[in-house]
Parts: sequence; structure tokens; C-alpha cells
Amino acid sequence: MSIDLHGPGLWYATRATGLVSMLLLTGSVLFGLLVAGRFSSARWPRFLTQGMHRSISLMVLAFLALHIGTTVLDSYTSISLAAAFVPFASSYKAGWLSLGAVALDLIIALVVTSLLRGRLGYRAWRRLHWLAYACWPVAIAHGLGIGTDRSVTWVIAVTLACLGGVGAVAAWRVLSFGAQ
Amino acid sequence: MRLRVNPIACTGHGMCAELLPELITLDPWGYPLLASEMVPQALAGHARRAADACPTLALLADDSFVAGPGVRHGRRHAG
Ligand code: HEM
Ligand code: SF4
Repeated sequence: MSIDLHGPGLWYATRATGLVSMLLLTGSVLFGLLVAGRFSSARWPRFLTQGMHRSISLMVLAFLALHIGTTVLDSYTSISLAAAFVPFASSYKAGWLSLGAVALDLIIALVVTSLLRGRLGYRAWRRLHWLAYACWPVAIAHGLGIGTDRSVTWVIAVTLACLGGVGAVAAWRVLSFGAQ
Repeated sequence: MRLRVNPIACTGHGMCAELLPELITLDPWGYPLLASEMVPQALAGHARRAADACPTLALLADDSFVAGPGVRHGRRHAG
């Protein structure tokens, strides 16, 4: 099997993995909010919420690797691997692409510090973890701004559902526990 | 292995009691009560997972405490 670096295949893959990444990141934030707000019920124990939050966060990284890999390989645009991490390293839609780079850096920081939580200590880790609330909107904005599919009705509907879902669960979380 | 709860850090998330019901129950306010501090070997894995799941890292499963024959030897980690 060979990968066609010139045809539209990679471009489709970039768009698809971008959308999946958005859904997964939203899922991670939703479950994070549910952990912090201490959601539980007879059928849904708390460790499950926590486990979902952690596993989905790791899946976000896997899909972002594909999202970035297909972007960099695609020869239609010349986006370097560095541009995935460093804002303004590429001139292609520089502003929107940079938002993606910032979101990626923040996600990596969130996951790495969380995996080293025991070493960092709770307070330092907790402070850093508030970055999640900067990361998620930046990622959404990146998709809305750069996405080929941003004017497709169902993509807009899915994005709005993500915004609405996080808004609603965030409101519930603040009402249950405030900024604890 | 020895189990300890840091009562200042614990915020009563209750995750630990779900994962280690053999040794941990919750008081009426949702804070953990330990049936025993010493963790039997068979439960060591579960204790480690419970400690790892605690959102505030308030549950400590201390491996360096090995219950020897009549002697408790081991050293405490800082932090
Ligand atoms: C493997 C990686 C991760 C681990 C182990 C982890 C762990 C946790 C834990 C334990 C909490 C509960 C904090 C508390 O109630 O005291 C939490 C909350 C949260 N996490 Fe993560 N997390 C990870 C990655 C991420 C990522 C990538 C994001 C998304 C950008 C994220 C977003 C959130 C959010 C929004 C909250 C709620 C914070 C609040 O309002 O208090 N997490 N996480
Ligand atoms: S999981 Fe941690 S915070 Fe929650 S009750 Fe147990 S020790 Fe306390």
C-alpha cells in the first residue's frame, strides 16, 4: 500500500481526524467536569467517570497524531511538523493554524503533567489543570476558523452541540462545587 | 503496604471506597474510614489503583512499609 501524497486522500483524513479530535477533546472536558462536580449515580460509579476522563484524554493524543501526521504529509499545503507545535511557523492560514498549535501544546502539557501528578504534587498539578479551560476553546476556534467543513450544516450542528454540552455541564459543575 | 489518608487533602470524592471496598468505607459525610492500615498482599494492586484514582492524591499506598515478622521496617518517602 502506498500513500498518495498529492491526491485528496490525506486532506479527507485530516478533516475526519480533526472532527474526531474535537469530539474526543470535548468528551475529555465533559468527563473532567463530571469528575470535578462529583457526578455519580447508582449505575455510574465515580471511578468510571475518572477512567473515562483519563482514557479519552489519551485517545485525543492518538487522534491528534493522525490529524497532524496527515496534515504534514499532504503536499498540497507546505505545513511543517514544527508548525504543529510552534505558532506562526507556517504562513498557511497562520492565525487559525497557530490556534491549533497552541491547543496542541496545552493538551500535551495537560496530559504530561497529569501522568506525573504524583511527582508534581496535587496543588501544582491542580493549578496547571485549569489550563484545560483555555485549551478547549482555542481548539474549537482552530477548527471553526480553518476547517474546510466549517460551513457544512451538520459540522456546525456538531460544534454547537459540543459548545452547548460543555456550557451546560460547566454550569452544573460551578453550581455544585464552585471553583474548588 | 500501608494505607493512609491525608485528612487535609481529602475532599470526600469517595473514589477510594468504590475501588477498595474491602478496606475503605465512607462516613455519612463521604469521608473515608479505613478498616485497617495494613494492606494484605492480595489487595495491594487494588490499593494502588485506589490511591492512583484519588483526585486529590489524599490516599497514600505506601509500598516501603513492609510488615515483617513482628518488626515494621521501611522508610518514609518525603511527600
Ligand atoms: C491523562 C491525562 C489526564 C488526567 C490523568 C486528568 C485527571 C484529572 C482529574 C483527577 C481531575 C479532577 C480534579 C479534581 O476534581 O480535583 C480532572 C479534571 C478536569 N480535567 Fe483532566 N486529566 C487529564 C487530561 C485532561 C485533558 C487533556 C483535558 C482537556 C483539555 C482535561 C480537562 C479537565 C477538566 C475541564 C477538568 C475539570 C476541572 C475543574 O473544573 O475542576 N484533562 N482531570
Ligand atoms: S478518593 Fe481521595 S478525596 Fe476521595 S474520599 Fe478517598 S481519599 Fe478522600
